[in-house]
Amino acid sequence: MRNKILSISIFLFFSIVFIVFFKGLKETNIYTPDLDIKKEIPFFHAKDFYTGKKLNTSDIFKLDQTYLLNIWSSWCVPCRKEHPLLLSLNENKKINIIGMNYKDNKIKAEKFLKELGNPYKRVFEDLEGTIAIEWGAYGVPETFLIYNNKIIRKYIGPLNLNIIEEIKLLIK
Amino acid sequence: MIYSLVGHYSLVLGLIVGLTLFYFSFKNFNNATILNSKILSFTFLQFFFVVISFLCLIFSFVFSDFSNETVFNNSHTTKPLFYKISGTWGNHEGSLLLWLLVLTFFIFIFLIKTKNQPIKYKILTLVFQQVIIIGFFIFLIKTSNPFNYLFPIPVEGLGLNPILQDPALAIHPPILYLGYVGSSIIFSSVLSATALKMISISWATHIKKWILTSWIFLTLGILLGSIWAYYELGWGGFWFWDPVENVSLMPWLALTTLLHCIMVLEKKNILSSWTIILSIATFTLSMCGTFLVRSGILNSVHTFANDPERGVFILIFLFILIFLSLFIFFFFHKDNEKNSNQFFWLSKETSILINNWFMMYFLSVVLIGTVYPIFLDVISSEKISVGPPFYHKLIIPFLIPFLLMMAIGPKLKWIKSDFENKFYLICLLLISIFLAYFILKSFNQKILINTILISSALYLFFITIRDFFVKKYKNMSQNISHFGFSLLILSILFNNLFSSEVITNLKVGETFENSKVNIYFESIDSKKSKNYDSIIANFNIRNSNGEEDKLSPELRIYNQPVIATSEADIKTSLISDKFIVVNLVQNQDYFNVRYQVKPLMMWIWISVILISFGGLISLIKKNHEK
Amino acid sequence: MKTLKIIIIIFFIYPTSNLKAEDLEMKNKITKNLRCLICQGQSVYDSDSEFANSLKIIVDKKIDEGLSEDQIYEFFKNKYGEWILYDPGLNKNTYILWLLPLLIFLAGGAIIYNSFIVKK
Repeated sequence: MRNKILSISIFLFFSIVFIVFFKGLKETNIYTPDLDIKKEIPFFHAKDFYTGKKLNTSDIFKLDQTYLLNIWSSWCVPCRKEHPLLLSLNENKKINIIGMNYKDNKIKAEKFLKELGNPYKRVFEDLEGTIAIEWGAYGVPETFLIYNNKIIRKYIGPLNLNIIEEIKLLIK
Repeated sequence: MIYSLVGHYSLVLGLIVGLTLFYFSFKNFNNATILNSKILSFTFLQFFFVVISFLCLIFSFVFSDFSNETVFNNSHTTKPLFYKISGTWGNHEGSLLLWLLVLTFFIFIFLIKTKNQPIKYKILTLVFQQVIIIGFFIFLIKTSNPFNYLFPIPVEGLGLNPILQDPALAIHPPILYLGYVGSSIIFSSVLSATALKMISISWATHIKKWILTSWIFLTLGILLGSIWAYYELGWGGFWFWDPVENVSLMPWLALTTLLHCIMVLEKKNILSSWTIILSIATFTLSMCGTFLVRSGILNSVHTFANDPERGVFILIFLFILIFLSLFIFFFFHKDNEKNSNQFFWLSKETSILINNWFMMYFLSVVLIGTVYPIFLDVISSEKISVGPPFYHKLIIPFLIPFLLMMAIGPKLKWIKSDFENKFYLICLLLISIFLAYFILKSFNQKILINTILISSALYLFFITIRDFFVKKYKNMSQNISHFGFSLLILSILFNNLFSSEVITNLKVGETFENSKVNIYFESIDSKKSKNYDSIIANFNIRNSNGEEDKLSPELRIYNQPVIATSEADIKTSLISDKFIVVNLVQNQDYFNVRYQVKPLMMWIWISVILISFGGLISLIKKNHEK
Repeated sequence: MKTLKIIIIIFFIYPTSNLKAEDLEMKNKITKNLRCLICQGQSVYDSDSEFANSLKIIVDKKIDEGLSEDQIYEFFKNKYGEWILYDPGLNKNTYILWLLPLLIFLAGGAIIYNSFIVKK
């Protein structure tokens, strides 16, 4: 009798382990923690990409406005791919696209924007990658949707058509 | 082109042979004598097909046949021949093919080597092994076929990640797989022995050889992985408690436990249930490791997921095996030992049980630390990391009694023992404590736990040395392995305590100086090799004793894929390793230099080799007795 | 000339750092306990990735600002969640993690004592 209970409970235990692993496996595909974090945007100082003027958070982000902060770099290959999507999104007047130039060389970055077009209302520099960390970013490319000084969504990795559609829906 | 074709179809043929073997073994099971001669040739045939397929993949790599998707993804024409070949198993598909190769090879050897066992046992073992082999065949052909075509044929491959281009890593997977797959033989064998109710002394003697074999390979495999991490990953660490490392450590712990436990079964025909559980656990943990590594469930952000189909397949396969073995265990195994498993408190049996107890604890720490984040994530979607501090806190305190038991345990007799004439045990203990205290005191390290830990490791060290000369060759294998373990713990401890590090920024021609060391940055050179360009920084380092060393770390740019790596320069000696790496500093004309002196590094490797050498002696002795 | 060229190439593909050799002990201790989130199971200390190097700079800055070790952990925990810390503290999420191995140890001892050892 005791043996039976033991064996059944062990079978049950392994079944649960199986289910957990199975679910874990499904989840890893969308492995980005806190995609919609309603967090305040961080306070930071930065330099304007073109003018070299010092900026801080309130110079760039205003209340009651929608922003899309895009972290990019000229050496980042996926950034090139998502760039046309940003350009097309820029036609939507409701949204202001801001660029964060991540650990880049200025000449190359300028060349990048000249070649592919500039979707950004404003670009600021992050030479050391520290501002990206203030934002809780992982690397390039990464994109934040901001409204009312709050981060609405965060997209790790390159943007794609689905995400663009989602953004369009959200800003309506 | 032709290689992919041949390789693919010989895989299919291998699968067909497997299915045939499986079917006929079942059909004629009660009429087993008919099968006796056939199974060997069929197994050989299967092995042969896998060898052909494996050779085809190697040739595809050697001749850079980019019509093959695996080759395209992992090779490049400019790669040195050695890494073209090792690239064969440096990727997912190839490594699974290697698994399969070793699986079929081992079952073939098993059938040749196993002569004195009943034929039914041989056939049933083969059947279970075929279940595993067929599973792998299907997995390989269906989800990760190494012979997929690419059309149009690319001109050039994507190349192999440069950190994988290392001699230690080239032989690490084969050796590790020999260990993993060896445990599959133990698994099949224990299941068939349970089903046929022949778990006994003679079975234990027979399977012990396989346990030893896979244990030796697993130990060496882990060692190679660790050496690779030390030389290639930079910064001088050799064990990061990374999940990928942990999954190789878990079967090792289970196997080591089994190795001790089987001795009791071999001598006294008890603990049979426990032996069965351990044998099953060892292989399950090996498979579980494959699952965790290959499915991508452990991956972090930005390493985008592998094909989820693969993970699901291995998971289902793994649990089929688990449920199959649980079913056999509960259905067939009747524990009829009753009163025979009562031990006197001071006996060899008890000491082995205590070993098992601690080993199981260590195993549970590693297992829980590795899979807990996955569970937490699924259940509550909270994400946590479990890193080195967790393992250190839970393992280190328990090492102390464990080391003491390792010293005393082997001296106890079977059934009943006492402490007569064991005066020297206490003497040596006092000496060790005194010595540990003295060493730490003279280096101004006064942490209590370190003193205790070093005392107990020293104690084991002295006792094993004494035994070596006093008991002369009575149980040399155990003696050497335990000695190796004490040496390992001591080396790791001293290495941790007495490592020193200098981080500084230097230009060419500048010198860094402190009380211990003088680092002079002489010059930089550049070099062009076949698959990378590099700049070499030359340093002249003088320590306080006036010894001078020339060290030249490199920065390399590999051309395919374009990845920059920093190659440490390491000067190894028996006493200490001198380890230097350089790194560029942005917008500055100086280098970031990191110089470390790491004492006794060499002895960490030597001691692990000693540990496995002990196993080798035992294996040779076993074969000799026959 | 060639050397210079290689150096320039490396600048753009190799993660670089901008560190002084100060406050190292504390920085090493902290970076060893931070996970490099984009690497496979390496600590920030052990990694050279872009992410890890930026993180090291931030740790440096925070030490300069006079923050304590725990405050720095708290800062990163706010940004990235508990996932970034290698040493999970004892809290409601981790009771099982810390206590289960110890329970297994005790249970193992009890089983051995009860079923195997002859009592007087």
